[in-house]
Order: sequence, then C-alpha cells, then structure tokens
Amino acid sequence: MRILVCVKRVPAPGARINIAADGQAVDTAFLGFTMSPHEECAVEEAVQLVEKHGGEATVLTLGPAEADEQLRYAASLGVANAVLLPITGPDWDPQRTAAAIAAAITELEAADGAFDLILFGNESADSGGFQVGVRVAHALARPIVNGIKGIEVQGDVLVARREADVGVEVYEVPLPAVLGVKEGINLPRYPTLKGRLASKKVAVAQVLPDAEPGGQKMVTLMPAAEQVSATVILGTGPEAAAAVVDMLEEIGVLK
Amino acid sequence: MILVVVEHDRGTMSPASWEALAAARKLGETHALTIGEAADGLVEQIGAFGATAVHQVHDDLLGDYGPELWGEVVAQAVTALNPTMVLTTGTDRGNEVMAHAAAILDLPMVANVVEFGDGGLVRVRWGGSLLERCTLEAPTHLVTIAHHAFAADESPNSATATQLSVQLDPTLGRTVVRDRVERAAGVTLATAPVVVSGGRGVGSAEGFAPLQELATALAGVVGCSRAVTNLGWRNHTDQVGQTGTRIAPDLYIACGISGAIQHWVGAMASKKILAINTDPEANMVTKADYAVIGDLHQVVPAITAEVRRRRASRP
Ligand SMILES: Cc1cc2nc3c(=O)[nH]c(=O)nc-3n(C[C@H](O)[C@H](O)[C@H](O)COP(=O)(O)OP(=O)(O)OC[C@H]3O[C@@H](n4cnc5c(N)ncnc54)[C@H](O)[C@@H]3O)c2cc1C
Ligand SMILES: Nc1ncnc2c1ncn2[C@@H]1O[C@H](COP(=O)(O)O)[C@@H](O)[C@H]1O
Repeated sequence: MRILVCVKRVPAPGARINIAADGQAVDTAFLGFTMSPHEECAVEEAVQLVEKHGGEATVLTLGPAEADEQLRYAASLGVANAVLLPITGPDWDPQRTAAAIAAAITELEAADGAFDLILFGNESADSGGFQVGVRVAHALARPIVNGIKGIEVQGDVLVARREADVGVEVYEVPLPAVLGVKEGINLPRYPTLKGRLASKKVAVAQVLPDAEPGGQKMVTLMPAAEQVSATVILGTGPEAAAAVVDMLEEIGVLK
Repeated sequence: MILVVVEHDRGTMSPASWEALAAARKLGETHALTIGEAADGLVEQIGAFGATAVHQVHDDLLGDYGPELWGEVVAQAVTALNPTMVLTTGTDRGNEVMAHAAAILDLPMVANVVEFGDGGLVRVRWGGSLLERCTLEAPTHLVTIAHHAFAADESPNSATATQLSVQLDPTLGRTVVRDRVERAAGVTLATAPVVVSGGRGVGSAEGFAPLQELATALAGVVGCSRAVTNLGWRNHTDQVGQTGTRIAPDLYIACGISGAIQHWVGAMASKKILAINTDPEANMVTKADYAVIGDLHQVVPAITAEVRRRRASRP
C-alpha cells in the first residue's frame, strides 16, 4: 500500500496558553512543538499498515521550515518519505491549506503513482477547524470518513470503525480512500535510536504551495474565560479523609 | 433565513440539535432541514425550539447516516433555499457534514462557534482553552456551534413540513454506516456522576486498583490522563481531555494529575473538582475547588475506608 499522512506542526503548551502581544498567535517563546495526538496515531497507523501489507508511507506538512522537526519525527517511527510545503508568516486558513495540499498530492501522484490511502487527524490540535481532510478528499474525488478508531484492509475495501453515542459504527470504504483518525486507534511507538539516526538521512522533498486565501479571516485570539475559585485545602495525607468525606456528603455525592 | 441541519440518529434528535435551533432562532427566521424519512416525526419537537418550517428530504439512499450523502443534501438545500446561514451542531457528525457541504460549495466553514457578535464570530480553539474572533466573507455562512455554549431553551412555534427534492449519486452510498455494534448499557465516562481519574503519579497499571475501589464506592467510573494511556496503563477510552472524552460529572477526583491545559479542558465542566497531589503548586491543585496534599497511594484508600465506615454507621 502507498499511504500518505498529513500532519501539522503546533506548539505544545503546558499549564496555560499565552497569547502573543499582537493577539495573532500563541506566544511560543518558551514552548516546544509537536503534532496533534490524532496525527501521531495516523502516523503510527500508516507504519503498521505498511508493516502488515507492504508498501511505503509518506508524511506531508504545510508549515514553516521548522516543521522539518515533525517530518523527521514521523520518519524516525518508520515513515520512508517526507514532503514539506513551506510557508512563511501566519497559518493559512483551512480552504487555502486544503487547496495547497490537494495540489501537492496531485503532483506527487503524477510522479510516483497514486496513494491507496491518505490519513488525516480528525482535527488539528491548535485551530481545530474539522475540515482540511474533508476538503482534500473532495478535491481528489475520493471518499472520506472522519473519527476513525479502527482500520482493517480487506482486499480493495477498508473496514473502518468509529465510536458514536449509540455504539460503534462500521463503514466499508472502497480504496483509494481518505480517513480522519482519532487518538485511541492505536498506541504510538516511541522512536528507537536506530530510527532517529535513519530519520536524519531522509531527504525532505519540497513542493511550493500556491493557493488563494479562503473566506475565513482570523481577527484576534482571546483567552477563554477561566472560572477562578480559591482552592479549599482539605488537609494533608491520609488524615484528610474525614474532611474529604464531609465534603462528599455536603455536595450530595455520598448516597 | 437560517437553515438548521438537524442532527438525528435514525429519528432520535440529538440534544445538541436543540441548542442549534435555539441559537439560530435568536439570530433570525429559522428553518430546519431533516435528512431521511426516519426524521419525519421530529416536526413538532423542531417547532418547540422555534423553527417555522421543516424541509424534509427523502431518498432510498438516506436510510442510515452517511457523511458524503448528508453533506451533498446540505449543499443542494443551500442552492435550493438560499439561506444566509446554515447552522448545525459542533459534534462529530455536525462538523463532518458541514465540512462536506463546505467542500462541495467551496465556501468557508467556521467550526465550534460560541458567540455571534457585531465584530464577527467567536469560536473555540485548542479544544476550548483559547478563543478566536474571526470574520467570514461568503454569500452563505456555514457554521457549527460548540456543544453546551448555547442554552436549549424552547419558544414554541408550529412548524410546517414540506418536502425538498434532491438528486443523489448512488456512488455516495459508499460511506453510509454498514453495521453498528450497540454499546452495552451502564454508566460511561461521559455520563458518570463521579469520575476518579489517575495520572502519571499513580505509578503503574496495578496502581489503579485503589482508584477503581473508590470509584465503585461512589457509583462512579475511572478516568485517566494521556500520560497514562501513552504508558499503556489504561485504555484510551478512559482518557479525559482535548483528544479524549469531555466530561461534566458532579465530582471529578484527579489523583496524581498535573493539570496540563489539554487535560483541564476535558474536565473543567465538572461541577466540583478535588485534586489529590503531592505538589501543592500543581496546576490541578490551584484550579480545583478542593485539594488534598499528599501521596495518592495513602490518601485514596483512606477516603474509601472512610466512605465505607460512614455508610456502615448510618442508622
Ligand atoms: C495537542 C495535545 C492534546 C493533548 N490531549 C490530552 C488529553 O486529551 N488528555 C490529557 O490528559 N493530556 C493530553 N495532552 C497531554 C498533556 O499536555 C500532559 O502531558 C498530560 O496531561 C500529563 O499527564 P499527567 O498529569 O498524568 O502527568 P504529569 O504532568 O507528569 O503529572 C503527574 C502529577 O502527579 C503528581 N504526583 C506524582 N506522584 C504522586 C503521588 N504519589 N501522589 C500524588 N500525586 C503525585 C505530580 O506532582 C504531578 O502533578 C495533550 C497534549 C497535546 C500537545
Ligand atoms: N498545515 C497543515 N499541514 C498538513 N496537514 C494539515 C495542516 N493543517 C491541517 N492538516 C491536517 O488536517 C487535519 C484537520 O485539520 P483542521 O481542519 O485544521 O482541523 C489535521 O489533523 C491534519 O491531519
């Protein structure tokens, strides 16, 4: 199978998210960077499918030159090829991002053959637009289902599972296909030393993105309202148990 | 006119749809779109939340949910009815269907809106820990609203139903639900009144046994942080947070969890939060309603014992 995974470089905030003075981005001065857990699982799924069915996995991102870090991380887990669509300045809006990714995929497929499966995260960790994968699938005229937590290849059909309020829904999607996956589909591996060394040697291909801005424009970021409540310290160590159970009775949890 | 796409599962309307109808009604004249014959019985319920008309779409292909078909129906409804805004639920299905419609119509789509204002729309980012004000340049605004951001208040109206005809390509049936495995009855992480959650501080998979005992004593369930799922101590179905489950129990007990923002957004809707942590400066402790400073391996069993003792001594 030829599998493509699309990931996005995002900051990894800790206890809180600070906004830059101009209100246009997260203040990343003291932050590391990562990809969404959903996308990490998409990478793991691609590697597992290749281990099982043969073929090759490719990872792609549209982002700053520094997104090389996320591409190489994927490579260290077993992805063979990496593609960067370099941009400078602020994030592109979802329509523009999707158009550029779809065009790049068309170019990659013209050179090396079609991808059987393209994986996206269910939503990006930072902007959470819930749409880039769906737009790319439509541009390529391929089926897509989001929220996938289980993939099984049966010939030229994918059996894909998704969790809903009512239970598990099962889809049978013909290949070539696109899926948006959720964390929990697998347990991503950690890179091995060998994997890390190999990832340094992977040649990152570049495709220059070119697409018109879409109709959604960010004006400013704002902190979410925080409920500030002074914490009542009920005690220290096991001696606090009586005070805890008093509280449970008071709030009506102890029935 | 604002068109609300009603989210339903085989004719059962989702509570998030009530919120969508109530939110839309405050913005202008509201019509509803129901997809599939199974939803025909919803007209009265839709009217109760203030819609004046229901556009019903019937087709043999629409027997069960399918994202591509539903998106195609919404796109054709936009072309036929020309609404100024299409609004639906910011749920797995709602966001998915709207994204399909947006892709077909080549229009922008704004997910998880929490406020409609003069300066533009306000939406959530980072699973709810950050807000974004944005503007939309489009003939029809495609919007989903964040769950729980708008009250599902009623404003009874009698809605009239009409049929809307669509042309559907049978190949789109390729993404219709083929089968489903119903969930066993019982409390789930999302619905439990009490959640006892453990983080890296629990130390091992076995370390969760005392947390399970406390949860059982309080008729609750066990949850965990992502550090725990990554270590393979618990299944991801137990994970609370941005990429896990959002919960809103009466009481959340966070044991050995530092309170990273991505964990906090999943737990912040809890009515009360009790943090048990060795570190008095941990974010979970400073944000919680109550805290016990100490080793969870001693504190948790002591609480369970005290719960049992009090119960036993009741008349
Ligand atoms: C995009 C993104 C999405 C994410 N989504 C999620 C998510 O959905 N859910 C989630 O949980 N995380 C999520 N994370 C990860 C998150 O950032 C944190 O890494 C994670 O929540 C940390 O888990 P923890 O609190 O268990 O571990 P730690 O941060 O290591 O905290 C352990 C805590 O245990 C305390 N402790 C240690 N020993 C004891 C003891 N004996 N008794 C009492 N206390 C003790 C310590 O003081 C500390 O506070 C996400 C991250 C990213 C970047
Ligand atoms: N800049 C990007 N580069 C590569 N993939 C992206 C990018 N932005 C979004 N994606 C992919 O699209 C998915 C959905 O993103 P979004 O629509 O922003 O929620 C993400 O989980 C990624 O897999």
